[in-house]
Amino acid sequence: MKRMDAISEIVKKATNINALLVSNIGVPCKELHQACDTPNNFYMLGSMGLASSIGLGLALALSDRKVIAIDGDGSVLMNMGSLATIAWQAPDNYLLVVVDNGAYGSTGNQPTATSQQADLAQVAKGAGNIKVYEAGTKERLRQILQETDDGIIVVRVLPGNADVPNIQMSPEDILERFMAEASRPSGSV
Amino acid sequence: MSGQNELTPPEAVYLGIKNAGIDFIVSVPCINLRELIPMIGADPDIIHVPVTREEEGVGVCAGAFMGGKRPAMLMQNSGLGNSINSLASLNRLYGIPLLMIMSHRGVEGEPICAQIPMGQLTVPLLDTLCIPYFLPDSKQEATEMIFKAVETAFDKKKPVALLLPISFWRQS
Ligand SMILES: [Mg+2]
Repeated sequence: MKRMDAISEIVKKATNINALLVSNIGVPCKELHQACDTPNNFYMLGSMGLASSIGLGLALALSDRKVIAIDGDGSVLMNMGSLATIAWQAPDNYLLVVVDNGAYGSTGNQPTATSQQADLAQVAKGAGNIKVYEAGTKERLRQILQETDDGIIVVRVLPGNADVPNIQMSPEDILERFMAEASRPSGSV
Repeated sequence: MSGQNELTPPEAVYLGIKNAGIDFIVSVPCINLRELIPMIGADPDIIHVPVTREEEGVGVCAGAFMGGKRPAMLMQNSGLGNSINSLASLNRLYGIPLLMIMSHRGVEGEPICAQIPMGQLTVPLLDTLCIPYFLPDSKQEATEMIFKAVETAFDKKKPVALLLPISFWRQS
């Protein structure tokens, strides 16, 4: 399984529960955009490390709305304190999926610490998160996504980027479209 | 506003926060925020999120804004340094407002030498980042400027800062 496969599973989940979806910087944004471009998606084009924080703020602000953030191993390593803040707040409408490919995938697959000793599921637990799941196959990921709408999933994938085009939308348009969707009451369809 | 001079400095800031309709606050402590932070935590109409680092707080506030909140960050000016990339590549890029209420350390009256460099660099950094900042001279002005600062943040779709130096917190 590569990141694109994991993202496809997350997209199915997000569509099923009409979740707001925040995507991590770089290729993950482009892969999500390719898999399914909807107003529910916020493409975080800069601010590496902050996808899990943006997702947390959204979930706390919109307690009647499901929120999913897609993050990466390199990004979580850069903002590891976020795992402790998420554990403290523990909103039950927030699911964080860390797609761990053991590499900085958008900058040439330089290895991250998770390719060595670091274990982000253990870190998430140590930070105080109760619902922490691990997946190494697409089937297991799908199963977890069926089971839960909240918590943290660490899904291990192989490095490698899908061959997908750049996002053409301007940042202002991404935000405006996303906020129009986020402001709909309870995410009514 | 009558009776404003009776307020303590943290009460004056709290009043400004309430008047401005701030309903979501992230905080990283400073000794000068020691009375204000519990006031925020006790307010049922404000979601308070203690964060581990100011940059994280910028992200949490951006998400809260996207979810319809009026967010602010309580911080020390040292945290501006921890936030710069996100203030540019998130707030500035997308046009996301944020009020940063900063305890400005490293200025007149500072006992800790390590605070001096960032104390001196705070205003030049805000200038470089094109972040408007407000420098209240009194408690009443702080209350009023918080309202103006939030208006500016939302009108201009950018972060703004309110700088509260050591002398502000020492007022009776
Ligand atoms: Mg990675």
